[in-house]
Amino acid sequence: MPTDILMPALSPTMEEGTLAKWLVREGDKVAPGDVICEIETDKATMEVEAVDEGTIGKIVVDAGSENVAVNSTIAILLEEGEDPSSIGETTSAHASPAPGPSAAPVDEQAAVAPAAPVTEGPGGAPVMEVAQDPDLPEDVEFVDMSVRQALNEAMSEEMRADPDVFLMGEEVAQYQGAYKVSQGMLEEFGDKRVLDTPITEHGFTGIGVGAAFAGLKPIVEFMTFNFAMQAIDQIINSAAKQLYMSGGQVAAPIVFRGANGPASRVAAQHSQDFTAWYSHVPGLTVIAPYSAADAKGLLKAAIRSPNPVVFLENELLYGVSFPVPRMDDFVLPIGRARIVRPGRDVTIVSFSMGMKYATEATERLVAEGVDVELIDLRTIRPMDSATIVESVKKTGRCVVVEEGWPQGSVGSEVSARIMEQAFDYLDAPVMRITGKDVPMPYAANLEKLALPNADEVIAAVNAVTYRT
Amino acid sequence: MARAASSAKSASRGKGGGARAGSRSKGGGKTAAARPNIPDFTRDEELRAYHDMLLIRRFEEKAGQMYGMGLIGGFCHLYIGQEAVVTGVTMAADPADASITSYRDHGHMLAVGIDPKGVMAELTGRRDGLSKGKGGSMHMFSLEKRFYGGNGIVGAQVSLGTGIAFAARYRGDDTVTLTYFGDGASNQGQVYESFNMAKLWNLPVVYIIENNKYAMGTSLERSSAQTDLSQRGASFNIPGEQVDGMDVRHVRDAAQRAIAHARSGKGPYILEMLTYRYRGHSMSDPAKYRSKDEVQSMRSEHDPIEQVKARILKNGFASDAELKEIEKQIRAQVTEAADFASVSPEPDPSELWTDVVVEGA
Repeated sequence: MPTDILMPALSPTMEEGTLAKWLVREGDKVAPGDVICEIETDKATMEVEAVDEGTIGKIVVDAGSENVAVNSTIAILLEEGEDPSSIGETTSAHASPAPGPSAAPVDEQAAVAPAAPVTEGPGGAPVMEVAQDPDLPEDVEFVDMSVRQALNEAMSEEMRADPDVFLMGEEVAQYQGAYKVSQGMLEEFGDKRVLDTPITEHGFTGIGVGAAFAGLKPIVEFMTFNFAMQAIDQIINSAAKQLYMSGGQVAAPIVFRGANGPASRVAAQHSQDFTAWYSHVPGLTVIAPYSAADAKGLLKAAIRSPNPVVFLENELLYGVSFPVPRMDDFVLPIGRARIVRPGRDVTIVSFSMGMKYATEATERLVAEGVDVELIDLRTIRPMDSATIVESVKKTGRCVVVEEGWPQGSVGSEVSARIMEQAFDYLDAPVMRITGKDVPMPYAANLEKLALPNADEVIAAVNAVTYRT
Repeated sequence: MARAASSAKSASRGKGGGARAGSRSKGGGKTAAARPNIPDFTRDEELRAYHDMLLIRRFEEKAGQMYGMGLIGGFCHLYIGQEAVVTGVTMAADPADASITSYRDHGHMLAVGIDPKGVMAELTGRRDGLSKGKGGSMHMFSLEKRFYGGNGIVGAQVSLGTGIAFAARYRGDDTVTLTYFGDGASNQGQVYESFNMAKLWNLPVVYIIENNKYAMGTSLERSSAQTDLSQRGASFNIPGEQVDGMDVRHVRDAAQRAIAHARSGKGPYILEMLTYRYRGHSMSDPAKYRSKDEVQSMRSEHDPIEQVKARILKNGFASDAELKEIEKQIRAQVTEAADFASVSPEPDPSELWTDVVVEGA
């Protein structure tokens, strides 16, 4: 029977890609290992090899096609003795060349992949108006930009402005970044300022911190913050404490940045949120943006900061686009939360990927008539207590949403602050929606259960507003 | 700091003077035949070495006393016995060169010319201490002298020092970073990560391993598969030498070679200084892991200060009375530092909240 050749996934999070080029034509014979086509995403290019022997019976997706869904049939392979008339027999249920996360049912893909911030409900009716950031000029223009591009622009702009700023990390230069965040930067800035390091987090982090002591402004990229565990001694014992230990003499102007938080189907050691860990440490600034605008404005601020900054990105957000203000020098203040949607009934506080669940829940709750106030913390340390407390004084209720574990979480800290500073205003206990208190499982269904979701947020809001 | 009769900062950029008995070069594919001649010091150099080492010795003895009196708290790691290492290296360095070391750091600060009063007041945790009393014995810094600590985590300073050297190369400022660590730290993983990158990028860093034979209570033989620490850079192609770290002349000679190598753009260099600490690892260590005879024989036969003193007298560079006068000045200076550190007030309670982050950022 003819075999479908399916669009493969290049990464656990890829949903679609471009079929750049065919290297075979209909009627060509192929053997396993022969390169038959090239596919691309915004992160990478890959050659697709034939898995089985046979003849290319039909090319289904033309070269140059964009947005080809993972697992869709791109060509049909005929076994020896088959002729093209048998092509109708195939179904896409056969012979997947790319087993793995992309083989998961489509609705599960949608559940783990981030949605762009939607401002329109079904049928185009607006359900949630996103409040403009008060730190921006009122008449500013916006342009859609991915988080990846926003981070790249932030670093590039700061490196153009200040020769003391440089980027170091694994695969940041020639490979163009493991997640392509530093794409093009080697070409622009050269190998003196964009440095590939060996895979030695402890060592290169210490080197970065030492360079900061000596007055440079390093940006140290961790491929993911899971690997920063190897280097956490230098981040905390050297960078965070240096100013204090030296009686104010020696500062550490350095940015540690990279992907943090659960990724997709990479299991316990590569899928966890370190926000609460770093936020515990005096001397560090901890930033965890959700939108591309915040990613850009706050990374620029982080690079300019004279203090060590832990800048926590999210792999699943790199490819998501948001409106970013078109400004010559767009810098946001560190330490200020943003009221994304003002409301009177309940406060939802979140940050980073937690904002995805919080935003989705807010949209659905608003549609049901609940007037939610949604706050994006953006900076976790120093935490903008005032914005949270003012909001709770108005709403009397609060739900905190994050992907990290519950004990000692950011939500725990927010809860304590509200209890201390707004106890008399509370009409219900503060509730935390967090990642479950388990290492991240691999199985798709268990992973989904381990992560928070909008339903849990809505249930918590219903509980604190006594709607159930 | 007042130095004794010496302004000699000789040959800080020059190639090392001919002889190098007591040091052997290995690693990095290089070998050098042992050279029999000891590199002699001039009168000024001998007197400077004598003064600087004696200042460290007397300062540390006083620190030990003050610890015993309860004026110094926490950990206090004395440098007694190892004085020739930092003194000789500093004599070979340029004042603009940076340095960084472990928690056994008092001697390094005195050697680069930091005021003993500020060091002692930090030991007593007072507001006139180098870190305003907030760092203590293990965490002191001086940007003015380009001294980057004073680091409490074993081995951390090796990566940090490599990073300071990275900054020098980035800026093209021609300085070298002197990165000191002990035989114990030499087994830490980040040391080798740093060696690798230092050679990969040819950073201007000299690694000075102060091998005092005991990592706290564990002897080198019990902790290290390869006890010739000068070889530890071999797999990174970093040249290394074993040096008689009790003889300040050998130390300076080897350091001149190493610093010139690093400054010329050839990358890192390792000096293993064979030295000895007379006291325990810290004040609270009774040092029962070694015999009294071992300590006594090092003191009587290899003491770095006695060696210099004997040469000065033998060569007629100074009389016994003149040396006693130097000693008297040093004792007065140390006493002044101790008095200062005893009367300097504790930090204002408001200091608890300062210097956590750079404000107004």
